[in-house]
Amino acid sequence: MSRPRIASYWASACGGCDVALLDVHERLLELAERVEIVFWPIALDAKYADVEALPDGAIDLTLLNGAIQTSHHEAMAHLLRRKSKTLVACGSCAHIGGIPGLANLFNREQIFQAVYRDAPSVDSDDVVPLTRTETPVGALELPELHSTVRTLSQVVEVDYSLPGCPPPAERVWEALQAALDGALPPRGAVLGATDQTQCEDCPREKRELRVSSFRRIATEQPEPERCLLEQGFLCLGPATRGGCGALCQRSGVGCRGCFGPPPGVLDQGAKALGAVASVLECDDEARAAELVGEIPDPVRSFARFSIPSSLLRRRSLP
Amino acid sequence: MSSRRISIDPITRLEGHGNIEIFLDESGAVQECYFQVPELRGFEKFLEGMPVEEVPRVVTRICGVCPGAHHMAAGKAVDAVYSVTPPPAARKLRELFYCAHFVHSHIAHFYALAAADFVVGPDAEPARRNVLGVVQEVGKEVGLDVLRHRGLAQKIQATLAGRATHPVWTLPGGVSKGITEAERAEVQGMAESCVAFAGRSLELFDRAVLGNKVYLDLILSETYELSTYHVGTVDRQNRLNFYDGEHRVVGPEGQEVLRYQDAEYLEHIAEHTEPYSYLKFPYLRRVGWRGLTDGPDSGLYQASPLSRLNVADGMATPLAQAAYERYVDTLGGKPVRKLLATHWARLIEMLYAAERALELSRDPEITSPEIRVLPTATPREGVGVVEAPRGILTHHYRTDEQGLVTMANLIVGTTNNHGPICIAIRNAARRLIQPGREPDQGLLNMVEMAFRLFDPCFSCATHSLPGSMPLTVTLRGPDGARLSTLSRRGR
Repeated sequence: MSRPRIASYWASACGGCDVALLDVHERLLELAERVEIVFWPIALDAKYADVEALPDGAIDLTLLNGAIQTSHHEAMAHLLRRKSKTLVACGSCAHIGGIPGLANLFNREQIFQAVYRDAPSVDSDDVVPLTRTETPVGALELPELHSTVRTLSQVVEVDYSLPGCPPPAERVWEALQAALDGALPPRGAVLGATDQTQCEDCPREKRELRVSSFRRIATEQPEPERCLLEQGFLCLGPATRGGCGALCQRSGVGCRGCFGPPPGVLDQGAKALGAVASVLECDDEARAAELVGEIPDPVRSFARFSIPSSLLRRRSLP
Repeated sequence: MSSRRISIDPITRLEGHGNIEIFLDESGAVQECYFQVPELRGFEKFLEGMPVEEVPRVVTRICGVCPGAHHMAAGKAVDAVYSVTPPPAARKLRELFYCAHFVHSHIAHFYALAAADFVVGPDAEPARRNVLGVVQEVGKEVGLDVLRHRGLAQKIQATLAGRATHPVWTLPGGVSKGITEAERAEVQGMAESCVAFAGRSLELFDRAVLGNKVYLDLILSETYELSTYHVGTVDRQNRLNFYDGEHRVVGPEGQEVLRYQDAEYLEHIAEHTEPYSYLKFPYLRRVGWRGLTDGPDSGLYQASPLSRLNVADGMATPLAQAAYERYVDTLGGKPVRKLLATHWARLIEMLYAAERALELSRDPEITSPEIRVLPTATPREGVGVVEAPRGILTHHYRTDEQGLVTMANLIVGTTNNHGPICIAIRNAARRLIQPGREPDQGLLNMVEMAFRLFDPCFSCATHSLPGSMPLTVTLRGPDGARLSTLSRRGR
């Protein structure tokens, strides 16, 4: 019997999801013996053409990480969808948009202004990249930047999501094992995560205390054993699916939501806002709005990883 | 004219590919060569308006292979924004974390990316020129040893910072958590194992590369040689340090030309832009921009393991110092201009990182609960500079009085080397592509080796694609028409 074929591909990503796969360490060689890795750009030299040449549905499992930001990413998503029996949106970017999704708050002109004109190390020639440049020997072309960042499921049908930035290596390994053993849950499930919020995994003590103002960790030190949110430090735990073991809270800082919304929640940012408002010590809405308004940078505080999957998807810009 | 086309991968042009455009003259010799980076994400803009204490845990997502470097540079910059100095235990813990980070990154580069060219062979079949081919060549035991030690380096980071990839650990004035005595002892054991492993890696390099005349000749060949300035970071005795120190610039002849502190970087480093690439070209302000040319009149500099060993007078740990002396002797003294020696320098750095991690892990002070000084000053502006695995890394932030970012500037490891990478590729192309000689897959890899030795991380440089980038080489005739395209994905 031939070995199951698996693939891993990155779109707009940092490489952390592929490092998570490397972080199964010695078990990587075990995996390489048990499956045929047909496509894994970070480590192997198989080509796009090799993937195109496969019959449709020939890859048993593809882990696709990264957000969809360019026409090339989109083409690869369609190609791998067609070639794969099971397609997993791996990591926060493919799942909910991730940090590349912050691009949806800006447009290309703003980014060019910051990078090529306002950056203090740039010399004064006022040159910005062009899609076509004439040189003495011929013309050079660049692809145009930036389309709106999308999640994988906004582009192709996705069978499962494996959340996290990056997904913990153990969760990646368990998902691979389940796929190879034919033990995956029904399609549409979120793999490598719980059906509860982060708070269920968090060892910090909750006392149902209410807060009258928000504090910033820049200049204050939280108590080590108590719920961060109840101490007034922003934590998205109540608006975030569990599964990482509350890594950030155990490290002494608040959750920023990379595991995405808990079951039944459509918009993680809105849920986070509601969760934060619910610990406030005040009875009227106006005062609550005022207190929440004290939190700096609300969009990137409440929806840091989830802007492309939010109801608004992007900031409307000229 | 008839179009002759050689495709290794039939996709001729993809967004996200690095492009090398080679223009030939009438005789078929190389007239000009351009290297283009076609992507940009724009973190500098994303960060505006963000509370500055959040920045170290966001910039990690610039690169999942070296998140620790961005975390440390941003962490130091944020200390400076708040004018606060972390207590000794926090400083030592950060450096220990960072040394483990170097061990992980250098293992990943040498074994997963570079070793294929030397252990499997520069003109081996592409299908075998990968990490699994390396494992076949050196044996499963060595493969397991490699995976295990990259794992230990990750575990040291996770033990200290809570997580190895995308840590959330540095805070203004220190770190968010300390370690227990039991954790310290465990880290010490792992660091001991990494020192021994780094030694074995250098022995492997000795046997497989230095012991093979073909490879040694390749390293010493003029195809891969460059004479530029070098930038790196040194301690008070001018020995290499990754986390902190003064940044020293040496000239093409090896002489010190200037030194600067983190906050002085703008006096010395400037960036040129070209319309044909999204990546900027840093250069030494004092020497000036002279285009893509090397030598003492061009402000281009390298910042790589090779540079760091050219810049430092020696290594601060005994085994790495011995390895360094042997390296300098073998290569005929300093400065070393043979670019492929960068791989050797990287392994010497791995040994230093492991030894330094071990030294720090034995320091009883690192279990101190005094791991943070709370800032009291009004936040303003700060620069944080560390040596990233691929070269010096600068993060610079300005904030308003509330500590919200108003300006972010990043000059990352790979970007420093942009100009030298272009020249190295052009030199290799000029020597390898000759009139009447058919360019083939072997040529492509030989050109690509000029690029790969810098361990270019365009995820960092453009904040876009992870790892080495895919590459397309296009040959164009005197009228600019495409003669052929060789392309292949990155590894």
